[in-house]
Amino acid sequence: MLAFSSPVIDYHALAPELVLSAGLCVVLLVDLFVPDHRRWITGTLTGLFLLGALVPVVTLAVIGDDVRSSLSGEGVTGRYVVDNFALVLKALFLLTGYIVVLLSAHEIEEGHYQGEFYVLLLSSVLGMVMMASARDLVSLFIALEFLSIPAYMMAAWKKRDRKSNEAGVKYYLLGVFASAVMLYGMSLLYGVAGSTLLTDIGKSVTLKGDRVGVQVLGVVFVIVGFAFKVSAVPFHTWAPDTYEGAPTPVTAFLSVGSKAAGFVGLVVLVYLAFPQARDVYRPFLWVMAALTMTIGNLIALKQTNIVRMLAYSSVSQGGFILMPLAMAFTNGAQETSLRAVIVYLIIYAATNLGAFAIVIAVSRKTRSGEITSFGGLFQYAPGLTVLMTVFLASLAGIPPLGGWYGKFAAFRAVLDAAGGWGYTIAIVGAVNAVIATAYYVNVMREMWMKPVPDSDVTPIKVYGSVQAALVICGVATLVLGVLPGLIAKVGAITDLATGP
Amino acid sequence: MLINEFLLLGAVLFCIGVYGVIARKNAVLVLMSIELILNSVNINLLAFDRLNGGNDGAVFALYIIAVAAAEVGVGLAMVLLIFRNRKTISLDDLSEMKG
Repeated sequence: MLAFSSPVIDYHALAPELVLSAGLCVVLLVDLFVPDHRRWITGTLTGLFLLGALVPVVTLAVIGDDVRSSLSGEGVTGRYVVDNFALVLKALFLLTGYIVVLLSAHEIEEGHYQGEFYVLLLSSVLGMVMMASARDLVSLFIALEFLSIPAYMMAAWKKRDRKSNEAGVKYYLLGVFASAVMLYGMSLLYGVAGSTLLTDIGKSVTLKGDRVGVQVLGVVFVIVGFAFKVSAVPFHTWAPDTYEGAPTPVTAFLSVGSKAAGFVGLVVLVYLAFPQARDVYRPFLWVMAALTMTIGNLIALKQTNIVRMLAYSSVSQGGFILMPLAMAFTNGAQETSLRAVIVYLIIYAATNLGAFAIVIAVSRKTRSGEITSFGGLFQYAPGLTVLMTVFLASLAGIPPLGGWYGKFAAFRAVLDAAGGWGYTIAIVGAVNAVIATAYYVNVMREMWMKPVPDSDVTPIKVYGSVQAALVICGVATLVLGVLPGLIAKVGAITDLATGP
Repeated sequence: MLINEFLLLGAVLFCIGVYGVIARKNAVLVLMSIELILNSVNINLLAFDRLNGGNDGAVFALYIIAVAAAEVGVGLAMVLLIFRNRKTISLDDLSEMKG
């Protein structure tokens, strides 16, 4: 009989995941035993567990010693890693989850399924948290499915609503197809490298020697799989329909959390697995970045539904995150590119969640998703109008607000990369930043200058939880814009470790 | 046997699966096509596993089998959902939202 040697488990490093898993079981059980009128307890508990999982993230960051492998031992070291990059993103995902819980409190009350909704939300956040640590094809795949499968169900949440059904089915079919294509690419990469560890793949995928064709196909298929997740053009077609049909808090979650998780997966792959495959991923990501910015913007211009407009706007924002990633290993721009991606993800999360929070608050009164329903908002909800203006201006990248620093970081990264590739994409990006302003300003004009469409000026009642979410997002957007030094510091410590 | 034969089988299954996803209008047939792709991945992984030694590939394949089951569970639930609301599972009829 072979001697069994158990891998060493670093429980502190795994603590965020463990807290979330415990939360999953507790919320599911509590939901069984509370009477209907106290169902809100499940939401509160979910929020507490998300914040609870933040505690070990903070303690790990404070201890701050180099890199920890959550499992170590023969054959498992370095496959699931906690480094600064992972910690920053885990914190981002947990906070995003918390804000979505705040937004859901009064929206998801249809039927008696609140408990299940929060269980799904927790498991999706758990998948995102795992994604930040995954450094191996298997853990990357499991994290991706863990965050996607609950999200499919959340998109189809309104069971009797045909639009919500459609949103769920479209998201599901394209998501599953994309992950199947990605898996085929992963199997090819495994065949080339003989290992599923990303750093081993990075050593083998050199685009030299025999099996070059297999390497190229592997890289392309894997990137396509993640491109679906981040809704990059031409793989974005599910996004607007799913965003419009799904309940609005779920839309906020998908457009921020799930998108950020997709980008994290892409970053980890490009930096650890494909650093020597630049000739394949750079043109591919470059073209996708340019298309994503341009097409997302052009279609957003003619939208009349606010959620659909924000959906296309989030597609086009994705292009600004792909832009530095495409130039990652050009002229030593890897550090500024990595920082740009992370900084952009954090600022985009705060701003976009804020914009969706306003949409949720306003549509509770107007019962409409049209942009014209925002007409004359200033007359009866001046606070919401000012905040919405802040969020839209930040999305457009107007200077004193968070968004401008995100765009600044992205442009600096591609200019660092220099050369024809870098300068062209910078020009494409700059043109798009201007186009984007048009549709953001259109909503502002509607709010500030137009008359109220049904001249009903009773003030809007904003629930406490939504107010809290608005305050968090608003403060984050303002502070990150006025004091970009704060977030630059966070960006500076997020070097991707390649494992101990 | 050569590894090429297994990889070829995998590639053929993959292509049939992709064709099925694109061409079929019936939601259940699309789900089956996706299963074909996942199984082509499993064949690839196991073939490479024997080629490279070690057991990463076999473990990966086991994970894929488990996750595929979970995915199909959710997928069939959704097909039931649209069937209850629309009395059809044709994907062409899913066109409430456009633009």
